[in-house]
This record gives sequence, C-alpha cells and structure tokens, in this order.
Amino acid sequence: MRDVAIIGIGQTPVDEHWTTSLRHLALDAGLKALKDANLERVEAVYVGNMLSGTTTGQEHLGGLVVDFLGMAGTEAMKIEAACASGAAAVRVGMMAVASGMSDLVLAMGVEKMTDTVGQQTTAALAMAADAEYEVSQGVTFVTLNGLLMQRYMYEYGWERKDFANFVINAHANGKHNPNAMFQKEISQAAYERSPMISSPVGLFDASPICDGAAAVVLAPMEYAHTLSPAPVRIKASAVATSPLAVHSRKDPLALEAARISAQRAYEQAEIEPDDLDFFELHDAFTIMAALSLEATGFAERGQAVRMALDGEITLDGRIPVSTMGGLKSRGHPVGATGVYQIVESVLQLRGLAGETQLPNARLGMAQNIGGSGATIITHILEAMG
Amino acid sequence: MGVKVAHNWRLRGQRYRLEGEVCDHCGSTIFPPRDICPECHQPAKTEHTLSGRGEVYTYSTVQNAPEGFEQYVPYTVALVKLEEGPMITAQLTDVAPDDVEIGMPVEMVTRRLRVQGDEGTISYGYKFRPVLQRA
Ligand SMILES: [Zn+2]
Repeated sequence: MRDVAIIGIGQTPVDEHWTTSLRHLALDAGLKALKDANLERVEAVYVGNMLSGTTTGQEHLGGLVVDFLGMAGTEAMKIEAACASGAAAVRVGMMAVASGMSDLVLAMGVEKMTDTVGQQTTAALAMAADAEYEVSQGVTFVTLNGLLMQRYMYEYGWERKDFANFVINAHANGKHNPNAMFQKEISQAAYERSPMISSPVGLFDASPICDGAAAVVLAPMEYAHTLSPAPVRIKASAVATSPLAVHSRKDPLALEAARISAQRAYEQAEIEPDDLDFFELHDAFTIMAALSLEATGFAERGQAVRMALDGEITLDGRIPVSTMGGLKSRGHPVGATGVYQIVESVLQLRGLAGETQLPNARLGMAQNIGGSGATIITHILEAMG
Repeated sequence: MGVKVAHNWRLRGQRYRLEGEVCDHCGSTIFPPRDICPECHQPAKTEHTLSGRGEVYTYSTVQNAPEGFEQYVPYTVALVKLEEGPMITAQLTDVAPDDVEIGMPVEMVTRRLRVQGDEGTISYGYKFRPVLQRA
C-alpha cells in the first residue's frame, strides 16, 4: 500500500443555489480542485452523493459528472453512504491510489437539496434511516436526534440551553468563512428562543438544508511534492458501522461507529486524540457534536456539553472544532459535507484558513456521520509542506 | 415516496401483532425479526409474538413532519423498551405531549398510521399508550 496525499482542493460556496444545477455545482468544485492541483485530467472520478435520485430525478452521477468535466472515457462512479457519502468517496479514491490501481484521482461530494419543497426534502433525508421500522412511524432525521438528545439530557442532567456553545462556536468561526452559508454569529438568547422542530431539537440545534459541492485531488505521497507545494498526507482513513436503526443499538448514546472508526484511525496514524490540533466533527445536530466528542475520546460519557461550556472547543481551546463553521454554519449539503470537512482541514494544514487559522496546525481529524450513526468515516490528515 | 400495498401487507405480522423471533441458542427475544440473533449471531428463526408492554426509554414531539405526516402534527414518537428486551420506535397515543415522561409504562394498541398516496391507502400499525389504571 502506498501513502496518499491530497494535492488539490476545490469548493463551491454553500447556499440555496436556485440558479445552479446539480451538475454545475459538481463541475465548479471539480474544476477548482483540478486547477489547484495544476491538472487537466485524472484517471478516476468518485462522486459522493446521497439524494440526487430523489431530489433532482438524476442518478448515475459518475457518468454525468465526468462527462461535464470534459473527461468522458475516464473511470467514474457514484458512492453512497447517506450523509457520509462525501468521506466515502474520498476513501474510495484513497484506496484506488493506495492500491496502485490509479495515480491521480478526483474525489468529490455534491448535493442539491433545494429543488424539492421542505417536507419532500425531509422525507428524502429520512431514507438514511430504517424505512420499515423507523420512517414508517413518522420519524424524521430530526426526530431521531431529538430522541437521542432527550435521553442524553435525562441521563446526564443537562438542559437544552447547555448545548448552545456548540452553535455559538460554529457560527463565530463560520462568520469568517466566505464559503459558509451563514456568515453571522448566533447568541445564547437566539439559540434558546429558536422554535422546536422535534423536541428537544430546535431550529438552531440543526444544520440547514442547502446545496454545495467540494472536491479533492489525490496522488501518491511519493511524488506529491513534485505536483503541489503543500501536499497534505492522509495519515488515516477508517470506516465503521453500527445498526442502522437507533432502536437496534445496545447503547444508543454510545455512537459506537464513531468510537470504532476513530480508534482505527488513531492506530493507523499512531497518535492519541491529544496529538490532534483540530477536529472537524459532524455537528449536523448539537447532540451529534456532543456524542462525537465523547466517542472519539475527548470527553467522558455525558461530559462533552461541559467541554463546550468550559470553552474547550473554541479556536484557542483544548480541541478546536468546526473551525470554519462546521455543518451548522458552513451548511450541510449532505453528500458533499464529508468533502467540505476535508477541504477545510487542508486549508488549516496549509495555513490558508484566514481569520480562523490555527497557529502551527499540523495534524487534523475529520469525521463524517452517515444517518443517525450507522456509517461513520474518520480521516486524519497531516501537513507535509 | 409512496410505498406499495404489498409492502404494508408483507409487514402485517409485525405491524398488527408484534411478531418477532426468539433465539434458540441464547434465549434472546428479537424485534424486528432478522433471522440472525444480534446477541450471539446464531440463526434465530423461531417465531415469537411480543407482549406489547414496555416503558418509554426516550421521546420526541414532532412539529415539522415529513411528507405524508403533516396533518398529524404535533405527534410524539418514542423509543419503547419492551419488557422482553428489544427497543421499538413508535408513536405514542392517548397522551398529551407534555404528559410524556421517560420510564412511563406503555402498552401497544393498533391505530391508523397514515393515509398514503393518491389512492388514499390507509396503513395501520402499532402505537403505544399509557398503561390504563386497572380497577
Ligand atoms: Zn442468540
């Protein structure tokens, strides 16, 4: 197996792109990544996406996107793992390069969520849950997170207002990210006032529905320096699974796939959590941010909310999270999110994260959660420039 | 996203009677049926109907429903820990959202779940209500 590096990145601003179609979002991010890598072609394209068939009537994204990139003839396919589709596409691309089957690969994520009306998009997202035994009961994705948050508050004695710092931190950082959907701060009072969607999850606990695309170019580490002045090494890549339905998990608050995939990633990278300079976590909901920090070893069970209250997740805290806004402020175009996390991590490791640049960032982790936690993908990235 | 009549028909044993399985190797009760025991990973195909009694493990009241459920808001969904062990996702009924508590004893009833599609297919299934006080 060969070491793999990221030699190019590209992203489209996350927004409600009424005037831009799915294919043009993918094209924009893909071309930016190729330009960043000084390449015109690659040997394979992997497109992470969750919802295109339902929200735009378009499947077969590999063939579509590679053609519009001007590379018809090149290997291409769509990769799906619900909201973890983006990181899954990067992982598949990494496997292609690591195995020696390809040298240059474009891995991207794209999602178009605003062509459908709200309830249809909500129903489409719920397809990541168990159709026969969860969704059939009127459950939405928000409801599954509501069930987890309610139990968490009951077991550990927190109130909803105690989760506010996850949101305040994400928006304080996202405010400076030109590609973020919401470039503005949110106050404790605004968080507390936000209306319930599925109790105790309120509007400001949840990431927004939006459109976006992001892409990375991968190459073998051994000659990455000849292609890029600042390659970033993929030091670890690991996927783990849990039962799809929340009710089938022995310990629903454990986020077991996050724990296992992080553990595998730490072993591959030969590091401890404390070695990381930042953590791009999957804060689709405040409860997911909390459960992620606990499952990855940054907090004891029930204590991630304490971490946030104590300021340990801010840019100058013990483990900065959502350094460019996270899913909450940058936005969560589901199948693209995992690639945005990796693109933002590369910006931090290249020293190009702007106002929210961390000093001396050398090692970062990105974790992308599919569904309510059934598929969780962890990448650890290292600066090599 | 309409689901066909055959789909509802196929699930009738689970929806109307909570038909699950019991593992002949370790004795675990399994719902929904999956033919492989999640505890000991051995084949488990012996049918077993659950009692329908349990308690609320957690709950959430839905204000913003997915397509097909808009007319029912607000409604409360719970994870119910069944007395035989498995957890089930189901709506609560015959109780105001503000009166729901974790640990509340509940029992299964059969109710209308939703009206689906242009043909107006009505699907029925389990919901759970607070255990009635017995005289
Ligand atoms: Zn068994």
